[in-house]
Amino acid sequence: MTGAIADPSGPTVESTEVADLTPERLRDAYRWMVLSRTVDERCLSLQRQGRIGFYAPLAGQEAAQVGTALALKPEDWIFPAYREVAVALVRGTPLGRVFDQMIGNAFDTSKGRQMPNHFAWRDQHYVSASSPIGTQITQAVGAAMAAQRRRDGIVTVTFFGDGATSSNDFHAGLNLAGVFQTPTVFVCQNNQWAISLPREQQTRSATLAEKGSAYGIPGVVVDGNNLRAVYTAVSEARRRAVSGGGPTLIEALVYRFGPHSTSDDPRRYRTDQQVAAAKERDPIALLRAELIESGDWDAARDAQLLERLRAEVATAFEASEAAPPVDPASLFDDVFLTPTPRLEEERREFAEREPMGGPRP
Amino acid sequence: MTELTLVQAVNRGLHEAMRQDPEVLVLGEDVGVNGGVFRATEGLYKEFGADRVIDTPLSETGIIGAAIGMALYGLKPIAEIQFLDFIYPAFDQIVSELAKFRYRSGGQYPCHVVVRAPYGGGVKGGLYHSQSTEAYFAHTAGLKVAIPSTPADAKGLLLTAVHDPDPVIFLEPKRIYRAVTGEVPDGDHRVPFGQARLVREGNDVTLFAYGAMVGPAAEAAEALAAEGISAEVLDLRTLVPLDERAILASVEKTGRAVIVHEAARTCGFGAELSAVLAEKAFYSLRAPVARVTGYDTPFPYALEQAYLPNGETIAHAARTTVRAG
Ligand SMILES: Cc1ncc(C[n+]2csc(CCOP(=O)(O)OP(=O)(O)O)c2C)c(N)n1
Ligand SMILES: [Mg+2]
Repeated sequence: MTGAIADPSGPTVESTEVADLTPERLRDAYRWMVLSRTVDERCLSLQRQGRIGFYAPLAGQEAAQVGTALALKPEDWIFPAYREVAVALVRGTPLGRVFDQMIGNAFDTSKGRQMPNHFAWRDQHYVSASSPIGTQITQAVGAAMAAQRRRDGIVTVTFFGDGATSSNDFHAGLNLAGVFQTPTVFVCQNNQWAISLPREQQTRSATLAEKGSAYGIPGVVVDGNNLRAVYTAVSEARRRAVSGGGPTLIEALVYRFGPHSTSDDPRRYRTDQQVAAAKERDPIALLRAELIESGDWDAARDAQLLERLRAEVATAFEASEAAPPVDPASLFDDVFLTPTPRLEEERREFAEREPMGGPRP
Repeated sequence: MTELTLVQAVNRGLHEAMRQDPEVLVLGEDVGVNGGVFRATEGLYKEFGADRVIDTPLSETGIIGAAIGMALYGLKPIAEIQFLDFIYPAFDQIVSELAKFRYRSGGQYPCHVVVRAPYGGGVKGGLYHSQSTEAYFAHTAGLKVAIPSTPADAKGLLLTAVHDPDPVIFLEPKRIYRAVTGEVPDGDHRVPFGQARLVREGNDVTLFAYGAMVGPAAEAAEALAAEGISAEVLDLRTLVPLDERAILASVEKTGRAVIVHEAARTCGFGAELSAVLAEKAFYSLRAPVARVTGYDTPFPYALEQAYLPNGETIAHAARTTVRAG
C-alpha cells in the first residue's frame, strides 16, 4: 500500500505511484534505519545507567523518519519535535554530535542548554527543537513563506505527533499554509499514543490526514512502516510544494514500540500484547524481508552490519563521554548577542561565588 | 496523621476533595488511566470514573477554557497542567478570562477553578520542565497563587484552594515531590491562605522562601547557626494573598532580609517583596535587602545546579547582609 490521498474537495483518491528506489538506495535506507534502532537501544540503556539524563525512543518510527529525510534535499529546512533522531542522522549529523548534545558537553553545538533529543544544527537546516508541543508547526510555515518570497525553491518540513494535532499551532499552521499556499510538508507521525492517551481519544476524526481538507490542504494517509510508501508520499508532496502547488499534510501510520520517554511506564495504559501485535509490522523487519527476497541482502551481511553499527555507536558515545563539561561561565552567553548590564553583573557575582564551591555544576 | 511524600499528600488532597463534593472533578492530560505523569492523580480514575477524572486531548487552552465553562455552570473543576512550562497555550484563557470573569461581570460570574501545575528545577528537565514563573500569575489581578513546601501544606493548601470561590494557581514543587516526607493530617485538613509558616525562629536575619527553596533556606539557617548567626526562615505559602503582617513583623525583629526564589531575578516575586519591605519596613532595615534567585537567563540543562540557589549561596548572602549592618 502506498497510501490514500484525500482530495480537499471531497473524495479520497488512492495513490498508486511508487517511487523508484534503486537497490542501493534501499540498502542505504535500511542501514539508516538499523543505525537509528541501534542508537535507540543504546540510549535507553545509557539512560538507565545514568550516563544520559533522558531519552525519547523512536523505535517503530524508523521508516517514517528515514523515508521522509531521504526524500528531501539538503537545502530543505527541518522543524522537528524531540523524537527525530533518525532524521538528524540521515541529514548527515555525525553520531558524535548527537551524543555531545545528549550529554551536553563542551562540544555540544547547543552548549548544553537543552535536554537530550532537542537538537539544533544550523549547518543542516535542522532547527532547534523545543519541548512545548506543536510550536514548530507555525514556524515551519513562516520559514516557507520567507522561502517563497525569495523564490528559493526549497520546502520546509515539520514533524509532530498525533497529540500535536490538538495543539493551537496545528490549527494556526495549517490555516496559514493553506491561505498562503506555502511550500510546507507537514509530517504527522501518528504513533497511536500521546503519552497515555490513545489516538481514538485524541480526536473523533477518522484520520488525522483529513483535517487537512478543512484548511484546503491535501491530506495523505501513508503506511509509515513501509519505507517506500513514505518516500513516495514525501517526494510527491515535495514536488508539489516546489512547483507552487502548496502544502501537504502527511499522516504516517506507525506505532510507538517503546515508552513515551525514559520517564514513562507504558504498562499503566497498554498491554504487552498490543505492543507485540504492532511489532509484527516492524518497519525494519519489513524492509529487511524485502531486501532479502530481492536477493540484495542476506543474514550474514545483516549480522555484520549490526555488529559494525553497534561498535560505531559505542565508540562514538565513549568519545562524547570523555569530552570536557561545558564551562560554567557560559551560563550567561547567548541570552542576547550583547549581554545587558544586569547579566554582566550576574556573571561577575557568579564568578565571585565560584571559589566558595557553592555554584559548581 | 499519616506519613506521606509531597506528591502523595497532593493525591490525598484530591481524593478528599472529590469525596467531599460531587461537583469537584479533575481534568488534564494523562490524569486518568495513567494517574498523571507524576502520579498525583493515581487512583482517582478507579474511584471516581471517567465522568469525574477526564483525560483530555493535548490542548491546554482546551483544558482551561473547558474548566472555566464548567465552573460557570456550577462545577468545581481542578485542572492539571502537566508542567507549568506547558501552561502558555492557555495563557489567554487564564489571564484574559479566568482572572477577570468575576470582575468584568460585576460578580455575576465567578470562576471556581483550581489550576494545578508542577513547577521548578533541579530535575534535569532543561528549559521546558524546570521553570518557575509564578510571578506572571501573581502579577495578574484576580488569581490567587499557592505554593506548598511540605506534604501537610500540600494537602492543606490544596483543600483550601478547592473550597476557594476564586481561581487559584496551585504550584507544586516537583523537585521535592518525593524528596520530602512528613506527617499529614487525615480528613479535611485545611491550611488558610495568607498565613506564612514560621519554619525556624531567629533574630539576626530573615530568609524568605517558598516551595522547593524552603529546604535550602532552612539548610542555610542551620549552617549559619553554627557560625553564630541566628536566621529566621519564613515560608510564604501563598504569594497572593501575601502575609504582609508576618513578613513585616519578622523584619522588624531581625532588621535584615534575604529573599530566595528559583525564578529569574528581574521582576521575580522577590522584587515585590523587596518593594513591600522598602515601603513598610524601611526604618527597621539595618542592611540592604538581598535576593538569591535564578539568573536572568533561560533555565539551562547542563548547568542547572549553577543556576539554582542552594544552601551555600543563601548562607553567603545572609552572611554578607549581617556583616553589612
Ligand atoms: C504544550 C505541551 N503540553 C504538554 C506537554 C507534555 N507532553 C510531552 S509529549 C506529550 C505527548 C505528545 O504526543 P504526540 O504529539 O503524539 O507525540 P509523540 O510523543 O507520540 O511523538 C505531552 C502531553 C508538552 N510537551 N507540551
Ligand atoms: Mg504520538
